[in-house]
Amino acid sequence: MEHIPILRMGEFLLITVQVDMHDRLAMKLQDDLTERIVRFGSRGVLIDISGLEIVDSFIGRMLGNIASVSRILDAETVVVGMQPAVAITLVELGLELPGIRTALSVERGMQILRREAELAGLEVLKDANMEEDGNPPE
Amino acid sequence: MEILQSDVLQIRQPEDIVLVRTAVRKIAIASKLGLVDQTKLVTAASEIARNTLDYGLGGEVRVDMVRDARTGVRLTFTDEGPGIPDLERAMTDGWTSGKGMGLGLSGTRRLMDEFQIASKVGEGTTVTIAKWSR
Ligand SMILES: Nc1ncnc2c1ncn2[C@@H]1O[C@H](COP(=O)(O)OP(=O)(O)OP(=O)(O)O)[C@@H](O)[C@H]1O
Ligand SMILES: [Mg+2]
Repeated sequence: MEHIPILRMGEFLLITVQVDMHDRLAMKLQDDLTERIVRFGSRGVLIDISGLEIVDSFIGRMLGNIASVSRILDAETVVVGMQPAVAITLVELGLELPGIRTALSVERGMQILRREAELAGLEVLKDANMEEDGNPPE
Repeated sequence: MEILQSDVLQIRQPEDIVLVRTAVRKIAIASKLGLVDQTKLVTAASEIARNTLDYGLGGEVRVDMVRDARTGVRLTFTDEGPGIPDLERAMTDGWTSGKGMGLGLSGTRRLMDEFQIASKVGEGTTVTIAKWSR
């Protein structure tokens, strides 16, 4: 079944949304992500939406749900890479994405997550190995 | 107003909303809408297509490339669902009969140059939106 890949980077999870998701795919991503946070005890989630040409109320609600559920599971969510035209449209639509932290780039999003994790008194691996879908590294 | 090109798409399942977005993007580019206006139109199309599917129990959208003084895109969504008993309430920011955010209709009106809605209980709903090139 089609799915959006979730990369594990040390304490964090990284999702890059590159396709125009239909609603069921968006719901599946939400479920998969929740399961991963619990399984790996992840401290942060970074969602790169630079590949998304629109964010409508459904995707906006999904991002909000991910942020709320993550918070309850003690993980921070940062959404990065929103295209300017998407941001302008969201504001006019009336969607303010409350409770969602945003950053301009993956780099800056990671900085936020690292800082949050450090504040929480955690040891964060600076050069975390990338592993797809949480398979153990070679 | 002259219709330069016209196409009808069915809205029966969630995947169809993606197809509507793709078709509307294509026609918006061909109509010479700027990137921000394209994005507004595709977002609005996504909102109304989802309403057609979720509340209107499915329907269709006619996608027209139109020309008046300028070129533009006009979308006409129709369904034969339950209709909307109180249009004014449905158009209010934040009002939803389901689990939505109640932003689809009111937000779409803000995003578009033209917005019309007609609905009759027991017969269905028609929403017409348009965006013009500048
Ligand atoms: N095609 C339709 N047929 C019947 N009822 C509709 C239709 N479109 C909208 N409605 C009604 O109007 C209400 C408001 O619609 P709107 O799109 O503004 O918000 P929503 O769909 O509830 O939430 P959101 O779009 O923010 O996810 C809906 O909750 C629904 O009751
Ligand atoms: Mg809606």
